Amino acid sequence: MRLLNLILRNTLRHRLRSLLTALGIGVAVLAFGLLRTVVDAWYAGVAASAQNRLVARNAVSLVFPLPLAYRHQIAVIRGVTGISYGNWFGGVYIDEKNFFAQFAVDPPTYMDLYPEFRMPDAEREAFYRDRKGCAVGRKLAAKYGWRVGDMIRVQGTIYPGDWDFVIRAIYRGAEPSTDETVMFFHWDRLNEEIRRTWGEGAANHVGWYVLRITRPEDAGPISDQVDAMFKNSLAETRTETERAFQMGFVSMAGTIIVALRVISGVVLVIILLVLANTMAMAARERLSEYGVLKTLGFRPGHLIGIIAGESLAIAGLGAALGVALTIPVCNGFAKFVTENLGSFFPVFRLSPETVYLSVGASLAVGLLAALFPCARAVHIKIVDAIRRVD
Amino acid sequence: MVEVHNVYKSYRRESMEIPALVDISLDVPDGAFVALMGPSGSGKTTLLNLIAGIDRPDRGAIRVGGLNIADLSESGLARWRSRHVGYIFQFYNLLPVLTAFENVELPLLLTGLSRRERRGHVMAALSLVGLEDRMQHYPRQLSGGQEQRVAIARALVTDPTLLVADEPTGDLDRDSARAVLDLLSALNADFGKTILMATHDPRAAERAHTIRRFDKGVLETN
Repeated sequence: MRLLNLILRNTLRHRLRSLLTALGIGVAVLAFGLLRTVVDAWYAGVAASAQNRLVARNAVSLVFPLPLAYRHQIAVIRGVTGISYGNWFGGVYIDEKNFFAQFAVDPPTYMDLYPEFRMPDAEREAFYRDRKGCAVGRKLAAKYGWRVGDMIRVQGTIYPGDWDFVIRAIYRGAEPSTDETVMFFHWDRLNEEIRRTWGEGAANHVGWYVLRITRPEDAGPISDQVDAMFKNSLAETRTETERAFQMGFVSMAGTIIVALRVISGVVLVIILLVLANTMAMAARERLSEYGVLKTLGFRPGHLIGIIAGESLAIAGLGAALGVALTIPVCNGFAKFVTENLGSFFPVFRLSPETVYLSVGASLAVGLLAALFPCARAVHIKIVDAIRRVD
Repeated sequence: MVEVHNVYKSYRRESMEIPALVDISLDVPDGAFVALMGPSGSGKTTLLNLIAGIDRPDRGAIRVGGLNIADLSESGLARWRSRHVGYIFQFYNLLPVLTAFENVELPLLLTGLSRRERRGHVMAALSLVGLEDRMQHYPRQLSGGQEQRVAIARALVTDPTLLVADEPTGDLDRDSARAVLDLLSALNADFGKTILMATHDPRAAERAHTIRRFDKGVLETN
């Protein structure tokens, strides 16, 4: 026999109590994991940002465009190795609830700056050649059952009319955090339609520029240089890192995210209280046994090992149950989000970090829950523990 | 040799100090079997606890084998107990989640013995108390007398110099009590174990070589 056997036997002494405690921890871990995954989903765009990309937009608001002519001036700035641009389209596919992002881009330069959007070379070529063509993400195609060669119709909201596109490419994300729910099409086509509808003055404007820079540490000086270049013009720019640009969108939901984080913390406290209660009960019941062990010569370290070991065993079991529950629940939730909320959360997946954090937090809680029982067992006098003073 | 010199011990109950032992002196030679008798609350268990090193005196000295155990640190005292003292409780105090074998093995986990060596010691101790055929039984599957014999085996298994028994027959029927007392007598006579036993049962005390009587924390003179 080893002390590990004693820990195991103690853990299984009140099976129902241990099981219910572990189940309680498991449910809390599930809630914690789900909440963290929702928060992660909000930050998916930020996580996917590259350090060597900057975004320049109109200093007043993203709603206002920038002249296409800026691209030549920006492209010659030292340290800028690539530039592309895009426009938000905001169309509706069949029904308004079918929300997904549509970007009008200059395909060759844009895809050059975003190598994480991967597609077969033949499809890429077909997309670049066909001005009515588009490229869609794998998840988006799967959701609507699209295949390469299918024609889809999108109703313009900002740019009125029915817009027909031929799917020429389906891209895959290079990383799990890459958004696979976006549709890209030719900016030239959009620009021609704008010229035709609103005249020459409205044409040749873009929503934003994307710049690739040689060294991420030059992001600040290059941003300043771009903004200085167009200072006091009719369309001043605001240039920032792609990460900062994405954070701007996340901050709109800042209060909700803070609330979710607070709830995550509360869930951890609940786990702690549940386990601490169980361990306090167990320690109270076994005080005389601790007294016997001390009489036999067991030292404080042994008692701490026995008590903390039991607490960790229950916490570990709870964490395992919780993770086992979190995986299918997250998958189900992701499916629900995709079917009912369109592309609100383009990337919704349980990350390994969340799993590690859930398990780590559970084990930390296991140790914390054992603190008071350990202190009590260590400090109580043997004669008081065995409760017999003649 | 156990030497107790002018030991004083008191307990506090709220603001009151209640003396439990008043200037006790006692010498117990090696191989002796001493019974401490007296009514409940007379101080006999308190003296046993001090000699066994599970409590400390307020004043005075307790030497066991020439070592003043009051000078030892808590961890030093724990180590000393594990090597030199076998404690037998009135209510056996076996761990209910462990079998008889595992309960007896428990003190050996603190030694550097191998698993095989531990098994040998445990089997010898269980054989001595006549319970080798019950080694896989849990305490709830044993009678009171059997539980106490397992507790004696646990006290013996490290081969301590001193056995301390606090009312070892106090919770047993007459036959079981006799069997336990026979066992203690044999351990003293055949193996030379020094035994200190607290009891208020005259039949149990008769087995000892020496009987010392307590009253209100004071040891009566011989």
